[in-house]
Amino acid sequence: MLDKIKEFASWFFVTGDPLIYGADIAIALTTAAIIFVLTYFKKWKWLWREWLTTVDHKRVGIMYIIASLLMLFRGGVDALLMRTQLAFPDMQFLSPEHYNQVFTTHGVIMILFMAMPLMFGLFNIAVPLQIGARDVAFPFLNSLSFWLFFMGAMLFNMSFVIGGSADAGWLSYPPLSEMTGSPGVGQDFYIWGIQISGIGSLMTGINFIVTIVKMRAPGMTWSKIPMFTWSVLSSCITIIIAFPVLTVTLALLFLDRYLGAHFFTMDGGGNAMMYVNLIWMWGHPEVYIVVLPAFGIYSEIVSTFSKKRLFGYGSMVFAMMSISLMSYFTWLHHFFTMGSGANVNTFFAITTMIIAIPTGVKIFNWLFTMYRGRLTFSTPMLWSIAFIPCFVVGGMTGVMLSVAPADFQFHNSYFLIAHFHQVLIGGVAFGYFAGLYYWWPKMFGFKLNETLGKWAFWIWNIGFYVCFMPQYFVGLDGMTRRVSTYSWDTGWWGLNFTSTIGGFLMGIGFLFQVWQIAHSIKFMEKDTTGDPWNGRTLEWSIPSPAPLYNFATTPQVTERDDWWEEKERIAAGKAPKPQPVLEPIHMPKNSAIPFIQSVCWFAVGFGLVFHWLWIAIPGLLGVGITMLAHSFNYDTDYYIPVDEIIRTEEAARRSV
Amino acid sequence: MTIAKIMQRLTAFGMLAGISLLASGCESMVVLDPKGPIGAQQRDLIYFTMLLCLIVLVPVLLLTAWIVWRFRDKKDNKAPYQPKWAHSTKLELVWWGIPIIIILVLAVTTARYTHALDPAKPIQSSAKPVTIQVTSLDWKWLFQYPDQGIATVNYLVIPEDTPIRFELTSDGPMNSFWIPQLGGMIYTMSGMSTTLYLQADEQGEYMGSGANFTGRDFAKMGFTAKAVAQGDFEKWVKEAKTSGKQLTEEGYLKLALPGTSEQMTYASIPDGLFKRIVHEYSMSRGALAGIGQKAKTLSEQHAKEDGETGSAPAELPPKTAPSSGGHSGHNMKEMNH
Repeated sequence: MLDKIKEFASWFFVTGDPLIYGADIAIALTTAAIIFVLTYFKKWKWLWREWLTTVDHKRVGIMYIIASLLMLFRGGVDALLMRTQLAFPDMQFLSPEHYNQVFTTHGVIMILFMAMPLMFGLFNIAVPLQIGARDVAFPFLNSLSFWLFFMGAMLFNMSFVIGGSADAGWLSYPPLSEMTGSPGVGQDFYIWGIQISGIGSLMTGINFIVTIVKMRAPGMTWSKIPMFTWSVLSSCITIIIAFPVLTVTLALLFLDRYLGAHFFTMDGGGNAMMYVNLIWMWGHPEVYIVVLPAFGIYSEIVSTFSKKRLFGYGSMVFAMMSISLMSYFTWLHHFFTMGSGANVNTFFAITTMIIAIPTGVKIFNWLFTMYRGRLTFSTPMLWSIAFIPCFVVGGMTGVMLSVAPADFQFHNSYFLIAHFHQVLIGGVAFGYFAGLYYWWPKMFGFKLNETLGKWAFWIWNIGFYVCFMPQYFVGLDGMTRRVSTYSWDTGWWGLNFTSTIGGFLMGIGFLFQVWQIAHSIKFMEKDTTGDPWNGRTLEWSIPSPAPLYNFATTPQVTERDDWWEEKERIAAGKAPKPQPVLEPIHMPKNSAIPFIQSVCWFAVGFGLVFHWLWIAIPGLLGVGITMLAHSFNYDTDYYIPVDEIIRTEEAARRSV
Repeated sequence: MTIAKIMQRLTAFGMLAGISLLASGCESMVVLDPKGPIGAQQRDLIYFTMLLCLIVLVPVLLLTAWIVWRFRDKKDNKAPYQPKWAHSTKLELVWWGIPIIIILVLAVTTARYTHALDPAKPIQSSAKPVTIQVTSLDWKWLFQYPDQGIATVNYLVIPEDTPIRFELTSDGPMNSFWIPQLGGMIYTMSGMSTTLYLQADEQGEYMGSGANFTGRDFAKMGFTAKAVAQGDFEKWVKEAKTSGKQLTEEGYLKLALPGTSEQMTYASIPDGLFKRIVHEYSMSRGALAGIGQKAKTLSEQHAKEDGETGSAPAELPPKTAPSSGGHSGHNMKEMNH
């Protein structure tokens, strides 16, 4: 019996790597610590009631953000492992298989389990508040989206200690990702981890489109919507068109692997290039999905910290909408070198470079928002300003890459790596950090420490340039991406070593951010005003942290930057807008179903990875039962009585 | 130590890193140091697009720095403050217009160069092109010279000043064939054959590599392309022909199994092998997966490797039995339909 268990364990868990054993111990200790703390402080009920079953968009947003920061840590450690391996020629730090797993998980985690959830977290925090809504359109669905993402991410993450991780690259091109090229379970973890969280992403896209279209406060016409909300709308439109493609692509790959279908194998008439086309039809819009909301964040922050209206509102909206439309006509530039002929390459080269026009226009609009303003350099603004040079350089190398015949020399080289890290870190990560700092007081009721924040900012930025600038050069020197090692005679050592130093500097920058958060929790600078940045949009008109129901009375919108104009009016001695009488507020009830159903989905994925139908089928049944249970549940809402609203508001305002 | 001081030091460090980087960058990066007509045109195109982009980049960076400095919130800042100024049709026309013009110029250039540098387009030359059939395998390159009747593994010898017509395919995961100093890359894909013309104007040894990730020993898929004088090329062909090693059908099937390889030379090749690789063999190792075949856990894969080949990673020495190399070492013959 004992032997059998031992045999099973040595098959089931990944063995033979000291790094993995370290991770095993760390995971066991962390889990034990969490269980101990929750039990000792009797917090299980609190966790269940306040968080696991919540449908409040602000709490869902916070959970998204916590999960994504954990994933940022994981993806960051992956990055540092890679940079360590590449610091010297002929390094023996990671074996090639391990290196392949590390860069695959780094890519998947950073895009799908870090950038996407951090983005959704900010959607959840800011959008309903900006448009004067009480919640998102479908609060239950919102919670389900989060838990699907979370369970998908857990399933994917688990693979590195159980079974083995995917190692065919973050987009898993066949035939490498087919059973012959990747006989390991990692690829199945990849398929199900992404599939489950992808369903969540698609639902979030739908949810926020409906929220923005239908739930805006009275008076908020299309031309008065805050820019972040516009950016969310454009991003969500892209999500609902792009994500179904991903779902289908991965489903086909799963059929190839599980049932021996031949969609993407040369045997039986399939074609691997079909997968490459399909995955990039999702994959390229995906980068615009994550960058568009960052554009919205910059717009909010730049105008707030310039104490000035956003310049060129109409241009901005048009630019974002055209980017989200054009993002569907660029996928082929990821494989110009396929040999598809001059006309095809010309078409996609031009559609790709055209995107530089609206993007460039946005840069000018931000610059001219600052022009004739009064700039203060708080951390959100610092990240937004640092974004501009970084993104302009990244955009320029992007235009260089889009020139098809020149791309023959850049493709799959470190030049490309430097480019997309520059736009994804400089555009997306900087933007989300800025947004996180900006909305932090609204989420938690206290500001983050500015001094430590500035330290983090500078170390991050210096680290960034030290890390990625050398990669352009080493790419031009012929180094290709994903090589696990290189020899001394290539001459790539100096640049790689510099790049590794930069990578570690960014890691230190991240540690400063962690310190900043910990320090700020301990020595809180309480936000008693609800409007710590002298904001312009509706979310700053309510106390921090926002009450459960957001707005005690539905705001009436008359201007574009309504809250700013209201403050101006009051400063000019005019009477504030009349407040309607308080009425009971209609709210959704908590529900355990999203959590339970996602656990069932997790079981489905896990069962299918190991071909254990005895787990997958009950999981699927669980999904069905929870769906039915929710369909027949009519007890989904309640009213907050007026006296409770009065009490909450007084408590919040008394601290003013 | 004050923050300012530390920041100063960090900045100094950053600059130092920047300088060392530029210094090492200047040691002729291969892409910008082409040795053939295709590579040279691509370098010119790269310089042209870079310049075109710099026309926008430099002013924008200067403007950013100036605006950030000029309009900072300081008590005695005399710069104008217009909190309600949010629209100017004239200005917006300028910054919609300039990028449109630049992209228009770039688009026209791109269209022309894309046609001119179409990889399948023959290079104008008085010399008769040499055909080389390239197959990317797990994890090695097979180069066949059909006209000379020889083949090499992991190295190329080409005559200078002669167009080389590469025909490329893959019998394994798709890869990308790249000799940066001669010109840009093209994918090798199973079941199809792509064409790439390159030419070397100078004698020398050029680095070549596989650029598209193909699994475990992807990093070992480097090769050298040696450009020699016409006479030396003919001499080398003769030597190769007398080297004694022959590439047979069975030999190829063994070579195609996963594993790395040293440089090798074959004195003869079977007729029409390349065609069969494209149409018959390519990934016919593929997709045995079915409901009956489960994926393996990593520990299981390791155990299997250890059991079969010992703990050392499997290398494929010339002319010996292939290693299974961890990935499924199916017998090719069984699947060869």
